[in-house]
Amino acid sequence: MDNNHVVLETKNLNVFYGNFLAIKDVNFQVFRNQITAIIGPSGCGKSTLLRSFNRMNELVPSARSEGKILFNGEDIYDPAIDPVEVRRKIGMVFQKPNPFPKSIYENIAWGLKINGFRGSKSEMDDLVEQALRGAALWDEVKDKLDQSGLSLSGGQQQRLCIARAIAIKPEVILMDEPASALDPIATLKIEDLMRELKENYTIVIVTHNMQEAARVSDYTAMMMLTGEGERSGTVIEFDRTSVIFTRPKDKRTEDYITGRFG
Amino acid sequence: MGMGRNQTRPIPCVKEGKLQMATTIQSLTTQNHRKRDRERKIIRGLTFFFALVSVGTTAGIIYELLKETVLFFQEVSILEFFTDTRWTPLFASKRFGVLPLVNGTLLVAAGAMLVAVPLGLLAAIFLSEYASERMRKILKPILEILAGIPTVVYGYFALLFITPILRDLFPETQIFNAASASIAMGFMILPLMASVSEDALSAVPRSLREAAYAMGATKFETATQVVLPAALSGVAAAFILAVSRAIGETMIVAIAAGQQPKLTLNPLQSIETMTAYIVQVSLGDTPHQSIAYKTIFAVGMLLFGMTLIMNIISYFVTKRFREKYE
Repeated sequence: MDNNHVVLETKNLNVFYGNFLAIKDVNFQVFRNQITAIIGPSGCGKSTLLRSFNRMNELVPSARSEGKILFNGEDIYDPAIDPVEVRRKIGMVFQKPNPFPKSIYENIAWGLKINGFRGSKSEMDDLVEQALRGAALWDEVKDKLDQSGLSLSGGQQQRLCIARAIAIKPEVILMDEPASALDPIATLKIEDLMRELKENYTIVIVTHNMQEAARVSDYTAMMMLTGEGERSGTVIEFDRTSVIFTRPKDKRTEDYITGRFG
Repeated sequence: MGMGRNQTRPIPCVKEGKLQMATTIQSLTTQNHRKRDRERKIIRGLTFFFALVSVGTTAGIIYELLKETVLFFQEVSILEFFTDTRWTPLFASKRFGVLPLVNGTLLVAAGAMLVAVPLGLLAAIFLSEYASERMRKILKPILEILAGIPTVVYGYFALLFITPILRDLFPETQIFNAASASIAMGFMILPLMASVSEDALSAVPRSLREAAYAMGATKFETATQVVLPAALSGVAAAFILAVSRAIGETMIVAIAAGQQPKLTLNPLQSIETMTAYIVQVSLGDTPHQSIAYKTIFAVGMLLFGMTLIMNIISYFVTKRFREKYE
């Protein structure tokens, strides 16, 4: 692989829910300003892996993990690291759009406020506009910033969630099937947006949709259930997306991509 | 309802579900079906009767209350009732200004809310956001048991425990005072406030919490700035229910708050609430036909009106809250 700067790296990562080993021995890297897709069949631990990157998993009471996740070389699971700080640097967009039941403006301003914004109203206005422009939503909502975020369409809500995430200027944006609840047109908009966002951000996306992974991502990690009774997911192959989709090394990857899986 | 019985009869069969639908046409003609239909009618009649009893009782109470209230207002002008500032129906010089009683009621209720709202909300936030699943399963029933303590116990708790403490702190405190009743009442409605608020907080979808955490919000920021506002209508319903409990509460104020109708905002003084006045007259030796006796119906009617309005507001607030998340 090439010498791109590694932003995120997992080292022998295991994640448990209680005694259940959900993902095991995951090793791969996420490169700066690239889109990395995590693909694989349902229940193979894609979301678990994604949620490990911003320590969202530990909100599940029984979850625990072993191994390391290095963020710019620093282990985010180090006991001295505050998960709140990790999440400020590594943002997240969820499968189902989940704007706050606040105004469009407040949806974005709130994140800035809790992250220590102490500027004037006009500075805040600028930052809100910037975030909405960044998420290609400004033109559609500029006249109704005081309306509820819930009044928008699904695709707009999802872009609002992206705007909310980029407003606090994270380095990485994690996206958990961000387009799976959207119609094809809204999906295309989100994909276009992702290509724009990678100029400034590093994106990791979980997707069920292999066409989507092929369309937008630069790198792809293929996950599959392995181990005893095939219950624990792991990354079986990781490479440039072009390689994964044309010359996969692993037979299972090839079977999955060509639709021969299951 | 104007339709003939024969036309409407098959409908319950269809309602029985998909499995039944396939055989509906045959079973319509069977003996079995007719028997079931008769049973259904009997059960329907019985349950309707019991529903009628409870509605009828309410209607009867309102009728009695209204009748006596009308008789009362034939002797006392409504204007005097609502504007006079003195309430002395039991004295020789009778004055019928209900304001001192309303003042007493609202003073005690406000004090009780001052105790119940912050504590109840904090308890609710703890239960829904911080407590582990196991802890919540233990604590919530305990909280609800607390709601089952007889109010007379709270009344004596106020008089024998809270009042002496208040008198140590503020020597001018009267033996019977609004503050002590307020505090005890606050603890009495705390479980209601906490429990209903907790339901509202727990009903906020997990995805909203995740959204907040993912933006680097702390647990406290998430709880107070995202979850609480999202549950606001439910919390408001809890608040209104609690206020209406506080206004209608009788035993605590009858025991601890005193019997002196007074227009005052000083909680350390002895006052009298509407409910306590009704108790005083009902248990006293006031002759039943006297105007003094009739006052309790007018006061009762006003009290009923106040709590009714509260409950109606809470009904609509709760309804709005349900529409949001279901």
